[in-house]
Amino acid sequence: MNQGILTTNSTISSDTGIRTEEMLLNIGPQHPSTHGVFRLVVKIDGETIKEAIPVMGYLHRGTEKLAENLTYTQIIPYTDRMDYLAAMTNNYVICHAVETMMGLEIPERAQYLRLIAMELNRVASHMVWWGTYLLDLGAMSPFLYAFRDRETILDLFNELCGARMTFNYMRIGGVKWDAPPGWIDKVREFVAYMKKELNNYHALVTGNEIFINRLKGIGKFDQKTALDYSLSGVMLRSTGIKWDLRKDEPYCIYDRFDFDVPVSTDGDCMSRYHLRLAEIEQSLRILEQALDQFPSEGEVMGKVPRVIRPPAGETYVRIESPRGEIGCYIASQGKDKPWRLKFRRPSFTNLQILPKLLEGENISDMVAILGSIDIVLGEVDC
Amino acid sequence: MRDLLQQTPSLGNALWFFLAAVVLLVILLGFVTYAIYFERKVIGWMQARIGPNRVGPLGLLQTVADVAKLLIKEDTRPKHADKALYALAPILAYAPAFAVLAVLPFTETLQFADLGIGILYYIALSGITVLGVITAGWASNNKYSLIGGLRSAAQMISYEVPLVMSVVGVVLMTGSMNLREIVLAQQDMWNFIPQFLGFAVFLVAAQAELNRTPFDLPEAESELVGGYHVEYSGFRFAMFMLAEYVYMFGMGAMVTILFFGGWLPIHPALSFIPGIVWFAVKLLLYVFLQFWLRATMPRPRVDQLMSFAWKVLLPVALLNILITAVVISYQSGMI
Repeated sequence: MNQGILTTNSTISSDTGIRTEEMLLNIGPQHPSTHGVFRLVVKIDGETIKEAIPVMGYLHRGTEKLAENLTYTQIIPYTDRMDYLAAMTNNYVICHAVETMMGLEIPERAQYLRLIAMELNRVASHMVWWGTYLLDLGAMSPFLYAFRDRETILDLFNELCGARMTFNYMRIGGVKWDAPPGWIDKVREFVAYMKKELNNYHALVTGNEIFINRLKGIGKFDQKTALDYSLSGVMLRSTGIKWDLRKDEPYCIYDRFDFDVPVSTDGDCMSRYHLRLAEIEQSLRILEQALDQFPSEGEVMGKVPRVIRPPAGETYVRIESPRGEIGCYIASQGKDKPWRLKFRRPSFTNLQILPKLLEGENISDMVAILGSIDIVLGEVDC
Repeated sequence: MRDLLQQTPSLGNALWFFLAAVVLLVILLGFVTYAIYFERKVIGWMQARIGPNRVGPLGLLQTVADVAKLLIKEDTRPKHADKALYALAPILAYAPAFAVLAVLPFTETLQFADLGIGILYYIALSGITVLGVITAGWASNNKYSLIGGLRSAAQMISYEVPLVMSVVGVVLMTGSMNLREIVLAQQDMWNFIPQFLGFAVFLVAAQAELNRTPFDLPEAESELVGGYHVEYSGFRFAMFMLAEYVYMFGMGAMVTILFFGGWLPIHPALSFIPGIVWFAVKLLLYVFLQFWLRATMPRPRVDQLMSFAWKVLLPVALLNILITAVVISYQSGMI
């Protein structure tokens, strides 16, 4: 940790002669608005933040190192525990990396199941974000509405793979379970419901004067800063850069669907709020098309050797998670375990800009800015 | 009650006064108990959940159980807290909350002190509570408490100004600061119609005075983890909670008296319903509004809150005084 922050200055006002002093405030690791075990040391002058240093690692489990002693299939459940709000995308990125190395063919039905699972998970993840963000800003009810609707998605996942959060659903070469009978219809029902419900979300929050005043122009940065800090996902798109890997480097079967990438040029918290809700809308659009095209029968596991040994060499794949670009780098020596594995975690990368954004802001804006980055501590600490 | 007030003091009527105060306290505690219960229940319904339903039938004893828990809880105090002030703060916050109730006329006859300056008494005493809040924030020796305490000091002082100003219109119309006379002057029309500007300012400023959503910044749990009472536990914490709800009762009564005709019925034809029922209904509607707002509103930022008080509410309140004064002078032929 940077020791420089630990010195606080005191100044004597030239007008009044009153001595004021800066104060160090520890926000977290147990604080309701850090969304997990994240700690922020801030130096404040009154309620203005002078300097902020994020301290993390409270949830570090050494996933990457542990993976070196695990077979590829065994790594999958570990990825569930990284971004636990969107475990499906994490499942996918490791499977996708190994499949790319081995050049495996994925059956059509498995592709669709993967895509539906990932998009449902994106909707669920954004809903958690929406609810908790409003909770941070002092509004209680949106949280419960969001969790009520997310419950439907979790129930769907429960039927699909028997878990509500740590799914462990995907396998190298396909998915573990086929959709149970009637599942696709239930998803279709949910998508139709959610499209209507989204209007309620907007009606409840989006136009609220207090809410707009809290977010407009807060946590602002421009395109260059976004690129310098290698931000991705909504953080990047809020500055006007249209970059979504589902569109620009299509993986899975995303090239078959018609959807937009919402962008904004404001670069503030408000634009990020709008983008996330717009992304839910687009995900629902993708889901609608995917459900219509869903093959009525077929295998869900491709032809995969019994022991998975990717050829020696390196590979890096990246996909669009709800939080941004999640990447997986694998260095293989042709064994059944990776020689080195590395995840590029969007939460971690996006978090780097936090000290810069907090400088000179009010403490109340701290929760608004931190919330708008949308971090998951399991992924930050990995 | 009024006859009692007129008597010369003696041991006998002192006892009656004491008994009446105890009865009021019991009623008040009953109100607080069920205000908390209904707050949780109503917000629960608004948020598509059930709310408390485990303790007693329909969960009616939930708050009783909660209070019992608070009473038998260990009374902790931070090591470096200022002992004397730490103990004083909850009392300082609570005592005025109960004292203000003395001047409230619940019906034409049911009133504990018929002061000529009822409004001033209420406002002056309720202003003391902020001292309790600052003291608590300071004495706890906790940075979050301190910020919470200072926030509420700034907020409550800022909002007291428009709150008082908004009542001036009502006082001008009635020509009295006596709360009973203010109600009686509303026989023909309730004050919230001619005084709609004052009413709006009062409603908003009252929200900030009560530290209720959307102006619950002093205890903003997502930023300050509870604000000034973060270090308090057990009964001391209960005192703060109690003060907050008693003020809700007091503010509800004030709104009823100043703007909604107190115990007066909505139409003279309905006067067979006792005045106390009318009063209770109006007060409870205000309390319901509190729950509703709490379930709906996010929270503004500190500086936005301050500039709103000084740049919006205060000018509107002053404008209201001006308009009221001009209209009254015109009606009485002075202009």
